[in-house]
Amino acid sequence: MTFSWTRVGAILRKELLDYRRNRFVIITMAVLPVVFVVLPMIQLFSVPASGAGSASVVKLDTRIGLSLLYMLLIPAIVPSTLAAYSVVGEREQGTLEPVLITPIRREEFLVGKALAAFIPTLVIAYTVFGVFLGAAALFAQRDVASAVFEGSHVLVQLLFTPLLAGWSIWVGIAISARSRDVRAAQQLGTLASLPPLVVVALMALNVITPSSGIALAFAAVLLVIDGFGWRAVAAMFDRERLVTGGTARPLDR
Amino acid sequence: MTGVGPAVVVEQLTKRFGERTAFADVSFEVGYGEVFGFLGPNGAGKTTTVRTLGTLIAPSSGSAVVAGMPLNAENGPAIRARISIMPESPGLYLRLTVVENLQCFAGLYELADARGRIERALRAVNLADRAQDLCGSLSKGLRQRVALARALLNDPAVLFLDEPTSGLDPVAAREVHELITSLRARGVTIFLTTHRLEEAERLCDRVAILNTTLRLVGKPDELRERLFTKKLDVRVRTPLDDPGQVFGALPGVQGWDQVSSGYLLAVSDPDLAAPAVARALVGADADILSIAESRHSLEDVYLELIDEDVEARRR
Repeated sequence: MTFSWTRVGAILRKELLDYRRNRFVIITMAVLPVVFVVLPMIQLFSVPASGAGSASVVKLDTRIGLSLLYMLLIPAIVPSTLAAYSVVGEREQGTLEPVLITPIRREEFLVGKALAAFIPTLVIAYTVFGVFLGAAALFAQRDVASAVFEGSHVLVQLLFTPLLAGWSIWVGIAISARSRDVRAAQQLGTLASLPPLVVVALMALNVITPSSGIALAFAAVLLVIDGFGWRAVAAMFDRERLVTGGTARPLDR
Repeated sequence: MTGVGPAVVVEQLTKRFGERTAFADVSFEVGYGEVFGFLGPNGAGKTTTVRTLGTLIAPSSGSAVVAGMPLNAENGPAIRARISIMPESPGLYLRLTVVENLQCFAGLYELADARGRIERALRAVNLADRAQDLCGSLSKGLRQRVALARALLNDPAVLFLDEPTSGLDPVAAREVHELITSLRARGVTIFLTTHRLEEAERLCDRVAILNTTLRLVGKPDELRERLFTKKLDVRVRTPLDDPGQVFGALPGVQGWDQVSSGYLLAVSDPDLAAPAVARALVGADADILSIAESRHSLEDVYLELIDEDVEARRR
């Protein structure tokens, strides 16, 4: 039996239906992005127009860049709760065993779960960013709006949103696959948001100066982690341990 | 789905979790179309055996063939495609409707004609009219029926039912029994794990009694014969003056005991001994109330074996 996108799709559809009917998930997905867009919006409308000098332009560009970095917390944090719940939550509900009894492979199950966290995150993050861009275009001062649209800001948002989401999802699922209860998994899952927070904080404190080189290096690291993440998590996914609570050699493919 | 040869062959299968043995040296066969009862007390290893045969757990030693395929890592997905397991807990997605639950699993089994299969499965468990209900709104008995419909979706060669009536009220349990009976009539091979002995006696062609090791396998009648001598239960209005003289010389009567209701006679063949006993009682001027074969229930068989195990552990 080969990798089946039909089985991945079955998991994905089920998850999306379940989210739609889960008030807690909807509130979490709605509130967190609002929280993380507030600061960039304040920055957008409180940044004074730059003067004529190139130093002022650079300063404005940096401030816009930093405020946009906060918005990258959306893809880092929003999916972590969903991902941390994905395996251990099903286990606690008693719904994991019926799924594992089907021909589904662990890789298919994990990719389905990951996509179910990834797709809504991407939709929310890009929507919020779109709203931010719209607000900038319509209401911000002209040179502030130019600073938002020019340079690499838009590209960075578009590029890092899926990369950070992927990283957060795989860490969250890995934690979920090894946890014994949902609360512990979700608490640990929030740790997944710490590294990007650290990067943001370091940039905000001018310890790291945002540059194209740093952005590319960070993107490359995330790309590698995302690419191999699902294989690493699949190796940690022990069907027998998940069913019995113990550890042993699984009869698993 | 049927095949040639047994549906399940288990040979010296053992599962250990570290120092703890879940089950050891278990061997049996289940034929296609058979309802096979797997009995045992809590902690006997029944569920672990089912999970092992369902490829969720790797055996520590021994071998098995499930639905015609050797039990090994490579065959895991293929075996799971051919069988179904209904766990003790239905494990439904409560925020999804009945049909949405089944659609999810139809996708996991990659079923062609998923819609038709879902309709047939729902009809089989008499739930067609509840298809659009949220599973969270269903009673425990109805959830169990949805789980059974889910287990039927892939037309399994072997259907494992793990304590299907656990926690159900008598009415819901009876509905599940009726469903199992109807599946049996359709030729579905059923591996029924239970500790409800009357359930096994009523539904199963053969039973196995497990208490970490397999104690007995056979038809309920065979197990009774193997464990217990045949007896005639003789009831008379007043006790006999000299029962030894009445029963002692009768052919086929191997011994007798006086009980509160009358006499229990150990016999080699109840059908041959009963007329002779009746004649002897009439000859002794006794008022006969009844003469009947004393039947041991499967519960008697089960308790006899489990008591033996308890005694053995004490020693």
